[in-house]
Amino acid sequence: MTLVLIGLNHKTAPVALREKLAALAPDPAAAYQYLRSLASVQEALLYATCNRVEIIFATPEPEAAIPQVRDFLVSQGEAGDAAAIQQALYVHQEAAAISHLFQVACGLDSMVMGEPQILGQVKAAYRQGTEQQATGPLLNRLLHKTFSVAKKVRSETGIGGMAVSISYAAVELARKIFGSLADKTGLLIGAGEMAELAVEHLKRQGVPRLIVANRTLERGLELAHRFGGRAVSLGELPEQLLHADIVISSTGAPEIILTKDQLKVVMRRRKQRPLFLIDIAVPRDLDPAINDLDNVYLYNIDDLQGVIQANLNHRQEEAVKAQRIIEVETQKFLQWRETQAVTPTIIALVAKARQIYQAELKKTLPQLGSLTPEQQKALEVLAESIALKLLHDPFLYLKRHHHPKRRSQDIDLTRRLFNLDPDRNEDLL
Amino acid sequence: MEYWLFILALVSYGVATCIWLGFVWFQRDFLHRCAVWTVTLGWCSHTAGLIWQTVAQGFLPVGGLAAALSLYSWTVTTAFLILNWRYPVKVLGAMASPLAALLLSGSLILPRPPELAPILQSSWLSFHVAAALLGNATFALAFLGGILYLIQERQLKGKRFGFFYKRLPSLETLDALNYYCINIGFVLLTLGIISGSLYAQYTLGTFWQWDPKETMTLIAWLLYAGLLHERLIKGWRGRRAALLAIAGFVVLMVTFIGADFWHRSYHRFDTFGRLP
Repeated sequence: MTLVLIGLNHKTAPVALREKLAALAPDPAAAYQYLRSLASVQEALLYATCNRVEIIFATPEPEAAIPQVRDFLVSQGEAGDAAAIQQALYVHQEAAAISHLFQVACGLDSMVMGEPQILGQVKAAYRQGTEQQATGPLLNRLLHKTFSVAKKVRSETGIGGMAVSISYAAVELARKIFGSLADKTGLLIGAGEMAELAVEHLKRQGVPRLIVANRTLERGLELAHRFGGRAVSLGELPEQLLHADIVISSTGAPEIILTKDQLKVVMRRRKQRPLFLIDIAVPRDLDPAINDLDNVYLYNIDDLQGVIQANLNHRQEEAVKAQRIIEVETQKFLQWRETQAVTPTIIALVAKARQIYQAELKKTLPQLGSLTPEQQKALEVLAESIALKLLHDPFLYLKRHHHPKRRSQDIDLTRRLFNLDPDRNEDLL
Repeated sequence: MEYWLFILALVSYGVATCIWLGFVWFQRDFLHRCAVWTVTLGWCSHTAGLIWQTVAQGFLPVGGLAAALSLYSWTVTTAFLILNWRYPVKVLGAMASPLAALLLSGSLILPRPPELAPILQSSWLSFHVAAALLGNATFALAFLGGILYLIQERQLKGKRFGFFYKRLPSLETLDALNYYCINIGFVLLTLGIISGSLYAQYTLGTFWQWDPKETMTLIAWLLYAGLLHERLIKGWRGRRAALLAIAGFVVLMVTFIGADFWHRSYHRFDTFGRLP
């Protein structure tokens, strides 16, 4: 059985191609139906996100299965895309496929290094796969291993640590200033997509109160309603700054809306309670000199980008550690598969032994005359234990950690020694 | 006997320092717990040593710089352990335990204290010294917290995030630490001053002599009083409070050590008890 992974991702294919193939994901029933219909594919798992589409499958005959699955993926695009998709697809086998899956689940292969969503997406895809009964013992084992590797990588490296988006960076900074956000108030000045995202994130992180100050009160009311806050007009800004702790500003105003002197007065009235200001407007809303005031922390969009870049660099360094863990775990999984290779032989040996002693018992028992059920039972146990004890040492020998190549020779020898494949007899003669 | 108890305490403080440095580096919580237990062990040994001395001499060992340093080290550890129990700021241990170790090793290097004059062999004096030193120890924690605050504030203001950024707690945590420590330290220092002056009236017939140590302590007391007042009225907090905590502590340290170089002072450690 060979593990094969075929797919494309954001590194090999532009979004226009990815989105066509990603259409497989929402309703994978048809895709799984096709994959199950392929005789050469025994187990399969499909996962598609906006950045990747990949199929991992187990096949006894990879030479036959790979072109079939590849053609299936190519057929998902339009006729004109065939060559481009063919170009973008990569094929990994065995160790490469396993470590690729591990990398994907850990976020090492993501556009934003170490992002955590991908693990949830793989988990969801696996759930779908099991519902479709497309996975089997090998993929089940591999996926569970994948989830534990991802957990290990998250806890032992800093790959998922430190914010890499504007909203996360803002919240992380707020935590370093305020500690707990549970008794803080957010103030949103103006409305913009990024500001709304940031506010949404603040809300999720436990900031309980929100004030929206907007030029048009109507839009302000709408936002306030959405986030469960209250709306005020821009004119009330200095007054509202007394109540707020975290301010996110993104108006379209062409000039500065809050100067250092204005804020100085506010800070005095606030009794110097700390104030965290985030200016994501371009051109800027808040006077850069504000940052000179005590207990005031002003970050503009470039500052936040700087934080994010530094964090990304840190993640890049941590990725090296993660890669090391993945390599070790891939080896462990391969070793497990090696020991799995002997299982069919052991099962066949046990079956053969059982067949022999049951046949012998059937012959012998009638000759012994009348036996009590206990005596008959004892004879059966005797026959069974002789057979199995004789096989015990060959089993141990097979299970021992040998070099993979040696193991396949051992298996082959055992099968011939015990004549487990009768139809192969001719080459012995 | 008490010598070996102090040595055990010193070793524990030293080991705890190393574990805390490990905690600062690796950020593993169990290291912090190990360090707290190690310091607690050292503290128990230190306490036992002090009790031993007290029982042997009949009063708290406060005479001489060596004894004062040992007691100071003990109060720093005590204050830290209480703070860690009520308001844990984990990284503070990495600064408090080396400070305690330093003070205690100073005490062990210095010669043994001279005999105390009979007039000073009083529980009043023990109370005076214990209160003043506990106050000093609490201010020492405020001082260490102040340094951490300034480091963290500098990173947040300057938007350059170094090694300490994720290893130090939030500004508000450090500021609250400053507030608690200075409040409690202020009460203790006030008690120390009042008990000292009452005792001076009882033994020397005067409440206040403008002795250098008394004067310097008064300056520090006024500094802290000013800080607490402004904090309540104008909201002096953050950087300003941290700077004042540092300044106040420097004055206190000059008082603690510096008075020895002032010949007129009857608070001098080497001639402690030789009354004017």
